[in-house]
Amino acid sequence: MSNVTNGRPLSPHLQIYKFVPTMAMSIVHRITGGALYFGTILVAAWLVAAASGKESFDWVNAIYGSFLGQLVLFGYTWAMIHHLLGGLRHIAWDLGYGFEKHFANKLARLSVISSAALTVLVWIAILIVR
Amino acid sequence: MDMRTPLAKVRGLGSAKSGTEHFWRVRTTAVVLVPLTLFYIVFLIAHAGAPYEVVVAALVNPFVCVITALTIVASIVHMQLGMEEIIQDYIHSEGLKVALLLLNAFFSLFIGGLCLFAALKIAFAG
Repeated sequence: MSNVTNGRPLSPHLQIYKFVPTMAMSIVHRITGGALYFGTILVAAWLVAAASGKESFDWVNAIYGSFLGQLVLFGYTWAMIHHLLGGLRHIAWDLGYGFEKHFANKLARLSVISSAALTVLVWIAILIVR
Repeated sequence: MDMRTPLAKVRGLGSAKSGTEHFWRVRTTAVVLVPLTLFYIVFLIAHAGAPYEVVVAALVNPFVCVITALTIVASIVHMQLGMEEIIQDYIHSEGLKVALLLLNAFFSLFIGGLCLFAALKIAFAG
């Protein structure tokens, strides 16, 4: 393809545009999606360990319960909740609602704040139940 | 003058030959994953860090097992389609693109197979 496009003008790339919240959310939606993709390895390890017996389950539980494990799982929780909220925004857009730019930007900011708040709430709930 | 054949018009699939199927499957799995994910967040709040016996007893429950299986199936379809989009957007070399698309399909199926087998084994054999 390179010979076809040589010498022809390129469409402007990312740095040419003014930074807006919806743009950041679009990128974060992809990144959290990618993180969740590889995070399924953690889910599979947990389920397979539970299916294999007490010894392997305790082993995985200990790793997930360590400081690093908890940190990763906290990040995983945020990625999940953020991707979920981002997905709801996308469904609204698919249905034709919420395109007005000030509203869309407000919603983008709101989804960062609420995903962080909900993640903290989920972990508080986990600590209370435990 | 319309150059498209009547058959092409009635199928309405366009030049990619699959129409809006990719888009539609991403959305159907996304919508179904909303309640499934919410269920799992509550389930994991209740069982995070719980001992082996408690977790297995919870996963043996037929309702939980079916929800687990549905979550796994919807998730791997959704994640494979999502990663497909990322690969097609950012990888421009044809060979690498095909290789990564294959790897994506294998990885999703492998993870899905592992999770499904584990969930069913717990439900049927403890």
